[in-house]
Amino acid sequence: MILAAATNESLASISNTLIYSAMAVYTLAFFAYIAEWLLGSRSKVGRTAAALTAGTETKKSPAVTVQQANGGTAVLERPQVVVRSAAGSRDVPDGPGAHGGDVQGDMYGRIAISLTVLAFLVELAGVIARAASVERAPWGNMYEFNITFSTVAVGVYLTLLALRKNVRWLGLFLITSVLLDLGLAVTVLYTASDQLVPALHSYWLYIHVSTAIFCGAVFYVGAVTTILYLFKDAYENKLATGGTPGKFANSVLDRLPAAASLDKFAYRVNAAAFPLWTFTIIAGAIWAGDAWGRYWGWDPKETWAFITWVGYACYLHARATAGWKGRKAAYLALLAFGCWLFNYYGVNIFVTGKHSYAGV
Amino acid sequence: MSKTTTTGDKTPPVTPDGREPVTPDDREPGAADDQGLGAAGSQLSTAPVESLSTAPGLGVLGWARWYWRQLTSMRVALLLLLLLALGAIPGSLIPQSGTDETKVADFRQAHGTLGPIYDKLGLFHVYSSVWFSSVYILLFVSLIGCIVPRTWQFVGQLRSRPPGAPKRLTRLPAYTTWRTRAEPEEVREAALALLGKRRFRAHLAGDAVAAEKGYLREVGNLAFHIALIVMLTAFAWGQLFKTEGNKLVVEGDGFSNTLISYDDFKSGTLFDTGDLTPFSFTLDKFTGTYETSGPNKGTPRTYQAAITYSVGAYGKDRKTLVKVNHPLEIGDSKVYLTAHGYAPRVTVRDGRGKVVYRDAVPLLPLDSNVTSSGVVKVLDGYRDAKGTGEQLAFQAAFLPTYTKGNEVSSTFPALRNPVLNLTPYHGDLGVDSGIPQSVYQLDKTHMKEYKDAKGAQVRENLRPGETLTLPNGAGSITYDGTSEWANFQVTQQPASGWALGGSVTAIFGLAGSLFIQRRRVWVRAVKGADGVTVVEMAGLGRSESAKVPEELGDLAGILYDRVPGPPQDHPGTPHDPDPDPDPQAVPAEAEGAEQ
Ligand code: HEM
Repeated sequence: MILAAATNESLASISNTLIYSAMAVYTLAFFAYIAEWLLGSRSKVGRTAAALTAGTETKKSPAVTVQQANGGTAVLERPQVVVRSAAGSRDVPDGPGAHGGDVQGDMYGRIAISLTVLAFLVELAGVIARAASVERAPWGNMYEFNITFSTVAVGVYLTLLALRKNVRWLGLFLITSVLLDLGLAVTVLYTASDQLVPALHSYWLYIHVSTAIFCGAVFYVGAVTTILYLFKDAYENKLATGGTPGKFANSVLDRLPAAASLDKFAYRVNAAAFPLWTFTIIAGAIWAGDAWGRYWGWDPKETWAFITWVGYACYLHARATAGWKGRKAAYLALLAFGCWLFNYYGVNIFVTGKHSYAGV
Repeated sequence: MSKTTTTGDKTPPVTPDGREPVTPDDREPGAADDQGLGAAGSQLSTAPVESLSTAPGLGVLGWARWYWRQLTSMRVALLLLLLLALGAIPGSLIPQSGTDETKVADFRQAHGTLGPIYDKLGLFHVYSSVWFSSVYILLFVSLIGCIVPRTWQFVGQLRSRPPGAPKRLTRLPAYTTWRTRAEPEEVREAALALLGKRRFRAHLAGDAVAAEKGYLREVGNLAFHIALIVMLTAFAWGQLFKTEGNKLVVEGDGFSNTLISYDDFKSGTLFDTGDLTPFSFTLDKFTGTYETSGPNKGTPRTYQAAITYSVGAYGKDRKTLVKVNHPLEIGDSKVYLTAHGYAPRVTVRDGRGKVVYRDAVPLLPLDSNVTSSGVVKVLDGYRDAKGTGEQLAFQAAFLPTYTKGNEVSSTFPALRNPVLNLTPYHGDLGVDSGIPQSVYQLDKTHMKEYKDAKGAQVRENLRPGETLTLPNGAGSITYDGTSEWANFQVTQQPASGWALGGSVTAIFGLAGSLFIQRRRVWVRAVKGADGVTVVEMAGLGRSESAKVPEELGDLAGILYDRVPGPPQDHPGTPHDPDPDPDPQAVPAEAEGAEQ
């Protein structure tokens, strides 16, 4: 018994060391991302501006392209598909990314990603050590929730990168907030490792909390993209109406994907997480039914989960409602994520309810 | 398509051929509406038509119809959803009488002016207030008013065929073409076979094959919204018929599920006592274990109650464990373990030495270390040394773990060093005054203390087995030992199966609705002016998606293999070579972020 306790304590301290190390590596990654942005040039051609301010002449109606093998042997291999975007939407190419086509910037970007991978692995090890030290899943209190949350968020980012999705531009924004999240975790929220009170012993808890964390991480990626969409959209609007955006906007926003791409990506991310969030709430209701004798009782945590859910439902509806697409829908998405955040921090800290006994 | 578009979606599309576009069709969100494709782009979903500016028709019926249209429009559905979210907020920040009556009372006391205002607005019971209910009832009506026509529309779509090819396939979001030596009929046949094999609904319409796929998206969306109705109904049903009662049971005692057995009982408005599931149980033993060291010393680790229960009047006895997360389910009822505490067993003897009271007295826990308090009340049978009839009461404080130097509170929740502190009183308990009394509280108005020889109030700490003797031969009380009690909550919430079924359907419906693309493909094959067959293929999805061009590319590749290249005498010159396609007309493989 005493031996086991000692192992647990040493595991807990190993976990702490790993989390601090991960923070150090994330900080290095952060600087590398900064370097990528600083060294990376604004795309040489100023693609967005070029696309939006040049005369309408450049646009041809879709042409029939035929891929010719070895230039001219006239052997058709496969008919090529021509894509055109919907009328009424702006035709803006995606920006080149943070490095802006600059070789040195690109190198720093790659270093940043390698460091992110390393930090992710170290943090993951820290989370696992923490789990081992408490002999349960690492989400019994807000400290554990925070470290798991940021690990998952970075994991989602790296997975998207590994799947060759165009998300590299997210790096700096994501890592900045991961550092904030971890900083908060180790200072304000730190709780010594411990087991759970009986009401938290349930496999529904594992299902409920793990999906909640995962959804949060995905919604988070969606929210960051949505914010960038709003900026980029404003930037494109300004260019399209003949305005001249500031230097900073020119430098940063031009490198991001087109507003339409950002919007689409944010939608996909949010839409993918929404059914899972629905499931999270239902799993929570089942757990509450087993633990407290009612599956729904308008407890503050439940209420805010519901509000978040309705918020995202509003967002999805808005996208299907004339006059609400685009920016208004984006505001709704941010509002919904705000509700998620409030549920996570606000309700634990400011409101007392049955859930608060999970410990701040 | 114009480059100078400023506000995106709202600008009416100008078609490349300069023709006035078909009226912007708001019911087709995404790509379809912007194309001005008319019939070809229509009915890719069953979303209701937006009738924003239509003025109400004449008469009452006209107005009624207008209101109905408004209520069932996407716009109003969105508004109601927003209101629902907004309305749920105050209930999470203001104390609610449904969950914590005492907090509401505290709030009323602390906020003299706000209290009555909140009361008027129903803010102490938001989720059953008139305004909150009206929002969700309106949403409910809107939902039904939306689903019924959408379902019919969908059935209609299933029974009709995918719309024929638009005149100019080049205007579609994904397009490809080639020339072939095959005859147009051959091409169309091959296309029909291919699309059929890919589980498109395909048919020949004029010179082109029209095909559509992804109807499950609509099925999913309708299933989701219907599931919402089922969930809401089940929830409401559950509220109307639910029961929730509490019963404190000391080890060795029993409970049978009838109304009078409960300590307290709440039920929905439509509940009938005959609906209680017949069962009974006895609490054999309660076990609690606690963290013994570390910063969370004293935190509960396990709580479990071993019980013997039987169902119905003559059911067989069965043994089981009820734990915090594992209620006992009997029919519609669930038995939860919600609290526990200690019940010291005491024996009271009167002035003549006769046992007048022997029982386990449940005490209420006051803190997490189960410092408890309560009263032992001896209502009848007691006579003092002179033989006068009186009532007795003992104010009891109980510490399961007594540590020297800390007289007032326990230092650990388990029974490590139990001490029962008793203060005796005698006189009239006033139980006949008609005012209901708490069994845990003592009304001392007509009770007198006992004084010892020195004139101090009698008060003593007892360990198990010890006895407190009352002065002047007034009798004694003995602390025999400690039993534990457990509080059971018995709830009955009908229709929770429906709620669960609804929610599972909702998840699958959502997944279908969000992840399945509904899309159309057209394949046109006609003889060109030079007598060579020209094949054109185009795809349309509900929103611009990389998948549509990808799939079209796939299909085109396969079809191309079946009806290959151009005739020998016409080297495969494209009719409009475009070596440097502009960035918008890039091949699917190079598309942006969502790749
Ligand atoms: C309880 C309230 C409601 C909730 C929580 C809700 C939720 C949702 C969600 C999450 C979606 C997204 C699925 C998708 O995009 O395919 C959706 C789609 C949709 N909802 Fe609702 N809804 C509600 C009420 C209504 C009502 C009252 C209407 C009728 C006006 C309606 C009509 C639609 C339509 C037409 C779609 C499909 C939009 C599209 O085709 O993209 N919903 N709803």
